[in-house]
Amino acid sequence: MEYFLQQLINGITLGSIYGLIAIGYTMVYGIIGMINFAHGDIFMIGAFMALISFLLVVSLGVTSVPLALMLVLFFSMLLTAAWGWTLERVAYRPLRASFRLAPLITAIGMSIVLQNFVQLTQDARVKPLPPVITGGHILTDTGTFSVSLSNIQIVIILTTTLLMAAFSFIIAKTSLGRQQRACEQDSTMAALLGVNVDRVISLTFVMGASLAAVAGLMYLLYYGVIDFFIGFVAGIKAFTAAVLGGIGSLPGAMLGGLIIGLIEVFWAGYFSTEYKDVAAFSILAIVLIFFPSGLLGKPEIEKV
Amino acid sequence: MTAPLLSVRGVDAFYGNIQALRSVNMDVAPGEIVTLIGANGAGKTTLMMTVCGKPQARHGQIVFDGTDITKLPTHEIARMSIAHAPEGRRIFPRMTVMENLQMGALLAPEAKFAEAQEMVFSLFPVLAKRRNQRGGTLSGGEQQMLAISRALMSWPRLLLLDEPSLGLAPLIVQQIFQVIRELNAKQGLTVFLVEQNAYHALKLAHRGYVMVNGKITLSGTGRELLARDEVKAAYLEGGR
Repeated sequence: MEYFLQQLINGITLGSIYGLIAIGYTMVYGIIGMINFAHGDIFMIGAFMALISFLLVVSLGVTSVPLALMLVLFFSMLLTAAWGWTLERVAYRPLRASFRLAPLITAIGMSIVLQNFVQLTQDARVKPLPPVITGGHILTDTGTFSVSLSNIQIVIILTTTLLMAAFSFIIAKTSLGRQQRACEQDSTMAALLGVNVDRVISLTFVMGASLAAVAGLMYLLYYGVIDFFIGFVAGIKAFTAAVLGGIGSLPGAMLGGLIIGLIEVFWAGYFSTEYKDVAAFSILAIVLIFFPSGLLGKPEIEKV
Repeated sequence: MTAPLLSVRGVDAFYGNIQALRSVNMDVAPGEIVTLIGANGAGKTTLMMTVCGKPQARHGQIVFDGTDITKLPTHEIARMSIAHAPEGRRIFPRMTVMENLQMGALLAPEAKFAEAQEMVFSLFPVLAKRRNQRGGTLSGGEQQMLAISRALMSWPRLLLLDEPSLGLAPLIVQQIFQVIRELNAKQGLTVFLVEQNAYHALKLAHRGYVMVNGKITLSGTGRELLARDEVKAAYLEGGR
């Protein structure tokens, strides 16, 4: 039981990170019907932006940890959002009118470009960050096994919950959110009502990238090391999460992220670490056989 | 006639390589209801969409209130205070009635939202009852009422109405046409109406145009056109 509880905590933490990335996939798919395969690498860029921001903040002499974290969060979101915006503007917008596969192939290309760019400029070795948030709480201790909840896990879960709530509010209640949903449902009609569709698409990329930046920061804090390749696997997992939850659905992306994180951690904890990815993807395949549009997806697929 | 509010001059438009409009000329004066009638596929909807920049006219000029809007992007044309209730209604299906209306009011000052809402709910009381229902769950007639209401939320100077009667029961069609007449008479709203239901449209409109294969072939007052033999033969035969 204690072991289960520990794995549950670890799974929710990992699932939070996947969920944050998955939102970027699902939003972009919803609004332009395209899988942005470079989004995993935007997450990787986010982790690097977080690391650079840390160095910057420390060199500025900020010693208070909460203040430093807030500043890093702000700067990495800002910088990564700029990357996301540029990506859309340079690589996807010119292809908006071309056939459906063109932006998809470009996205794969951009993924490779971003990876190689970071590999060349930051070099290929892993980059460490000394633990910033330390300590934790022992929840139960049976003598042989203790369940702990570390402070970093608390930070990750709280930040994710808060951001997802804020984000759901923006989509559901604000004018920008309504414009995004309108573009998703009928972009021509949205334009006829005065929505600048290109601007809304840009903002969608900006929002997705800033959430990916948060995920990158959390990853950096949690694992302590990053390299140019972390976006690939995390990106595929998050994409899987988005599909599992129902691509195009925001709550689906959050739920899917959580499920993938839990499956992965439980499989690794009870069966074998080697096959944790196989387990995650197998369960995806099984779920999609019974729910072809994902767990919370819309039953009718309109954009294919 | 006073200076036209909307003026279309020599407009050609294409879908890919297919020419849909051939040198179209037409005008809508302020305060007028102008209708465009014609058979299915004649290019009526294309003309209306071309006014909104989707597709853009390849040749010719479209002027709204003295401003050349031919090459403006669609959302900026909307900003000129042209509202469009398009063919097929295009309600946002997964948004509530209220959210659809809020989308319609995007370009209007927020302070005028309550007034606009009150106006459309009094024109179509059924929408008030459905306000929290999703657009996709409304009946065809209710969706059409919502499409018109959504367009009215922006306090437009020109209302483009594309086939509001399509697929609706005669009673609902009458209700909708009555609303258009009222809006024009009481608020002086200028309306450009595309219709297949030629009899109703010509009775309602001050002036009309007839389109065949992307060309305007006839024009005149509603009464004149109703009396023309070729209009009777082609569009009114048994079809009232």
